[in-house]
Amino acid sequence: MSQDNAAKIRLRGVRKTFAGGKKVVLDDVNLDIGKGESVVIIGGSGTGKSVTIKCMLGLMRPDSGSITIDGHEVTQMSPAEREDINRQVGMLFQAAALFDSLTVWENIAFGLIARNQCTRGDARDIAAEKLKLVGLTPDLLDVTPSELSSGMQKRVGLARAIATDPEIIFFDEPTTGLDPIMADVINNLIVHVNQVVGATAVTITHDMASARKIGDRIAMLHGGEIIWAGPKDAIDYSDNEYVNQFIHGRTDGPIKMAMRR
Amino acid sequence: MINPLRPIGSAFLAFLATAGRLTLFLVNAVSHCVRPPFYGRQLSRQLIEIGFFTLPVVGLTAIFAGMVLALQSYTGFARFSAEGAIANVVVLSITRELGPVLAGLMIAGRIGAAMAAEIGTMRVTEQVDALTTLSTNPMKYLVAPRLIAGTIMLPFVVLIADIIGVFGGYLVSVYKLGFNPSNYIQNTWEFVTTLDIVSGLVKASVFGFITTLMGCYHGYHSEGGAQGVGKATTNAVVSASILILCFNYILTLIFFTKDVSG
Repeated sequence: MSQDNAAKIRLRGVRKTFAGGKKVVLDDVNLDIGKGESVVIIGGSGTGKSVTIKCMLGLMRPDSGSITIDGHEVTQMSPAEREDINRQVGMLFQAAALFDSLTVWENIAFGLIARNQCTRGDARDIAAEKLKLVGLTPDLLDVTPSELSSGMQKRVGLARAIATDPEIIFFDEPTTGLDPIMADVINNLIVHVNQVVGATAVTITHDMASARKIGDRIAMLHGGEIIWAGPKDAIDYSDNEYVNQFIHGRTDGPIKMAMRR
Repeated sequence: MINPLRPIGSAFLAFLATAGRLTLFLVNAVSHCVRPPFYGRQLSRQLIEIGFFTLPVVGLTAIFAGMVLALQSYTGFARFSAEGAIANVVVLSITRELGPVLAGLMIAGRIGAAMAAEIGTMRVTEQVDALTTLSTNPMKYLVAPRLIAGTIMLPFVVLIADIIGVFGGYLVSVYKLGFNPSNYIQNTWEFVTTLDIVSGLVKASVFGFITTLMGCYHGYHSEGGAQGVGKATTNAVVSASILILCFNYILTLIFFTKDVSG
């Protein structure tokens, strides 16, 4: 199945439920993400941002709907087919998800070695380059993740995400749990690597400062649907009450009422 | 009014669901053991972890088991002047039963728990998901090397445990009970058969598979943070221990049916 337009990732009518269908997290998600574009999905806690990204990554299978990457339907792929698609994907997890038993360089080079893209020696050199790109020094190559601060772990996670020069990079709450300065450092790094690598970027966050800095476009997820999507500058002029309440962090508004219902 | 059959039916359905999930996991895991790519480094790490680092605990268990066995046998057999059979009892008990079962149970506690905790922590900290996004199948990378290592290494561990256990019996018999050393060794050597040793090693291989399977299964399906990992670890040890005892009976029946039926 191929598509005619330039959407790198396309979601159509994606639905995902839990607890035997009783808990509907995603109801009807529709979103197009263009090639080389940086799209930020915002939304409150528990609105299904992580579930959306996990469905795109193949970590969860939606109940219904379609997700295409480069025109290929990925929701019904076998694990082996999905592995091939994931060769062009990088992911920065919320808590970095570095492998405890491996050193920093082995973490960064994991995808390169797993995909047999180079020898271990070459992989180490690439790991050193990527580590430098995220602002860390090569003396950290041989330490284990437990010896790093959370900010450093996030940077190493970012280095791992870009190590294979992926075409698509996913960022799951990249600034959560970081102080404002470190959060801005991470945001700058994401913008930098996005421009350097030239990849399509999909970020989920509820940090508006981060969303404005990282994204070309912003989409808001609420009630299992994308209720607003547009250029990042347009979000301040949105007449959507949910969006306005969320971006200004107001307690009064339809989102709170919906929570009480 | 609550139907009294409801909880029984509910528990039965839950058991069937778990059995089905475990069977699917087992088939999936075994299929990844025989299909490339193979992760040599992971396998080596597990071989060393199971084959080398468990030796002290298994060795200690075996030597004390052999020593107690000799002492207990002496106090019992002395009542009808059958002290001469102690060497035979020790070597048969150790090679057929105590060696594989005690080593299996000790490894269930040490390796099964460690595997469940490690994989469980990887699951709840999204490291398992990270593997998938790095085009690496977690079943192939995490589970298959552990299953292979457990199945291959436990017979070696048990063979060493057998030797240490018999040596424990020798120490007590010779230095405490006053047996003649060469007679004791001769009795041991003449009485033990190849089947005694092989049956113990086959049991060990099965127990190694069961222990690693339970550790991986419970770790892989853990959820809910630290509490979930703790629960997975407990379940791994308990289920492996029970299965080891069940399969010990089944394997004993298979190997020694002829002896039992006379």
